[in-house]
Amino acid sequence: MNDKLVEKEKQKITSAKKMRDIMTTYYIDAMSAKENNKLVAWITSGGPVEPLIAMDIIPVYPENHGAMIGSSKMGEDLCMKAEDMGYSNDLCSYARTDISCAIVKGGPIGGLPEPDMLICCNNICGTVLKWYEIQARFFNVPLFIFDTPVCHTEFSPEIAKYVRTQIDEYIAFLEKVTKKSFDHDKMAEVGKISYQGQLLWQKVLNTTANRPSPMTAFDAFFFLALIVTLRGTMIAVDFYKELLLEMKERIKNGISIVPNEKYRLLWDNLPIWYQLKWLSSKFSDHDACLVADTYTSAWCSSLKYIDENDFLNSIAEGYTRIYLNIGVDQMADQVIEMIKFYNIDGFVMHSNRSCKPYSFGQLDIKRIVESKANIPVLMIEADMTDPRAFSQSQVETRIDAFMEIINQGK
Amino acid sequence: MQELKIFHEAIQNPGSVALKMKEKKRKTIGYLCSYAPEELIYAAGFHPMRLFSSKAEINLAESHLQAYCCSLVRGILEDSLSGKLDYLDGTVFPHTCDSIQRLSDIWRIKTKYEFFADVIMPAKLNTQSAKNYMRDVLIKFTTDLEKACGEKITRSALKKSIAKFNLIKTNLKKLYELRSQNPGILKGADIHAIVKGSMIMDRDQLVELLPAIVSKVSDVSALDQGKRLVLSGSICDSPDIYDIIEQAGGVVVGDDLCTGQRWFDGKIPENEEPMEALTTRYFERIVCPAKHSSTIARGENIVKLAKQTEADGVIFIILKFCDPHGFDYPYMKEFLDKEGIKNILIEIDDHSLNSGQLSTRLETFMHMI
Ligand code: SF4
Ligand code: SF4
Ligand code: SF4
Repeated sequence: MNDKLVEKEKQKITSAKKMRDIMTTYYIDAMSAKENNKLVAWITSGGPVEPLIAMDIIPVYPENHGAMIGSSKMGEDLCMKAEDMGYSNDLCSYARTDISCAIVKGGPIGGLPEPDMLICCNNICGTVLKWYEIQARFFNVPLFIFDTPVCHTEFSPEIAKYVRTQIDEYIAFLEKVTKKSFDHDKMAEVGKISYQGQLLWQKVLNTTANRPSPMTAFDAFFFLALIVTLRGTMIAVDFYKELLLEMKERIKNGISIVPNEKYRLLWDNLPIWYQLKWLSSKFSDHDACLVADTYTSAWCSSLKYIDENDFLNSIAEGYTRIYLNIGVDQMADQVIEMIKFYNIDGFVMHSNRSCKPYSFGQLDIKRIVESKANIPVLMIEADMTDPRAFSQSQVETRIDAFMEIINQGK
Repeated sequence: MQELKIFHEAIQNPGSVALKMKEKKRKTIGYLCSYAPEELIYAAGFHPMRLFSSKAEINLAESHLQAYCCSLVRGILEDSLSGKLDYLDGTVFPHTCDSIQRLSDIWRIKTKYEFFADVIMPAKLNTQSAKNYMRDVLIKFTTDLEKACGEKITRSALKKSIAKFNLIKTNLKKLYELRSQNPGILKGADIHAIVKGSMIMDRDQLVELLPAIVSKVSDVSALDQGKRLVLSGSICDSPDIYDIIEQAGGVVVGDDLCTGQRWFDGKIPENEEPMEALTTRYFERIVCPAKHSSTIARGENIVKLAKQTEADGVIFIILKFCDPHGFDYPYMKEFLDKEGIKNILIEIDDHSLNSGQLSTRLETFMHMI
């Protein structure tokens, strides 16, 4: 091996392989749920999964599946199949791919295991409400809607009461579907583990505040899968412990992920799954490291509202006040905090035509960031899974120009 | 009919309506969605006014909302930023779709009307706790309004308001029934003006005008017939579309629109506790696709409506980029197909109506049914 390759090997994050293995096992378990007499629940990425874990129900995340479809570049085909079924191509591409995948059993893993129930929490968008209705009709299974009213300016007492009541309704729903009674002791335990997992995830993300950064947001997009799918299990806790150690080790040894990290960038909105590699090397070529993003931090951003010793009561607030379910001005405040914490030189926003609640308001956030944090902002037009909305040459030109501006400002 | 002229004028110039209301000491509160509890707004002494896009070219809104936002939301923001809505004293945003949700944020940050409120309604409308929450939200909105007007909304004021809106809505319902029996008594564009005007004009004037129109058209004897059609979608605010439909040989006999039956169906019981009755009406009305009452409510409803009105076909009118309606379309279509009810989808953008293409498509559709 020549020096360059050795250098490259050193830069790789070794936990990645383990993570891949864990995800494979998870999907195999989910696929063989029926043989093992286990029930499968489909749940939205921001939904309260802990009661499912406490009930020994296997949670499956269509959005994570959507991300896999996007990464394996199978999005376009599945989106088009949904369009043939009458779904407009202006609709969210996660929803489109999942709707057609359920019928054609396509995608990288041949479709998800069929659900025994659907749990839809609308703290991320209104799309999931429609999408889960569609799947409830298709699979003819019970649907539970966990309704978390948007907190434009506040988490009001009315919202608090309504959401808290639904936690009890959710448990009653699970008891009815499983015909088992809910084990509150187990729940308390799962709650603690979930809290611990989120805390560790936060710590992992925080390590990138180090200069040079031990990982990029592109890695975070990858490592995110566990806090989404295995939140509330020891698997996630153990893994993130190891990952955190690895990051600390890298920091100690001065191993950076971008060889000559000069510029530090912040990413907004979902990843562009089918272009991660290209984007990552594009930025790296400019000696720029995407150190953080507003997306992966959503799975720990409401940690401050959660009390690990009073989990069920506190998640009403925790699950309601997540990043996408607050006002645009509060979102901008959080972005500015991140810019300070991570020492950011430039902000890259993905204007994602699939995701309206994430993308509308971005132009206002952009202006707030430009004036308050005084850093350049780049906006890229794309879609997280449907490549038809992405123009590589155009994005390339814009990234080059953006990096030029940052360079001049330094 | 001279009454019609008043409606057509009012919808041309909502600003002048607002100015007249100001002379009557009623400040105007605007809203974009049929979930706005207008009965409460009126009871607080305000003039409730539904906002529609003036369809002006998008300029200023361009720097707030991307091109993949529906033209209604972009259009209304444009009107506000360009000063066209300066006659407003306030706005209220009931929570519905993601686009309006973010518009509310941008509006709150950017615009400077005296009054602003979010009415964060539940998204599911089929549990007791959601109904309790809906009541809490309406009570909270009452407090917001009371603060703004400096007075308590009395029980009797609310009762009177409910009665007034009931009268308006019952007359619209009658008008629709008469039209369904005898299409052609009024042009589609006239009905459009009447319904739209009823969300904009002085309610005291409406309670006089609407019954007068109803009694006039009751006497009209059978007129031209055509293919009987039901419209379904969010809002249909293009009078041109009605003309095109008529030229293609169709008559509209009913609708599942937010500028139509979804808004005015469902009388509020007047002998019940008013707040409770109000809650029940908004909880039980035919749902908007941004809300959930059951997985098949809207599919069943469109079939029922088509059968009741003996429709020959259904036209889905969906604004481009509208998520809630876009997601519901395929299954509603399937429900109609199963019943053998012919249907067609037209996707419209408020800012660029291609009349030529639309006529051809609709003519072909009329031939098919
Ligand atoms: S991408 Fe956006 S619209 Fe689609 S499911 Fe996720 S949050 Fe909802
Ligand atoms: S379709 Fe929904 S959001 Fe639109 S006006 Fe009707 S109720 Fe409001
Ligand atoms: S047309 Fe659709 S997207 Fe636009 S405001 Fe109405 S419901 Fe929302």
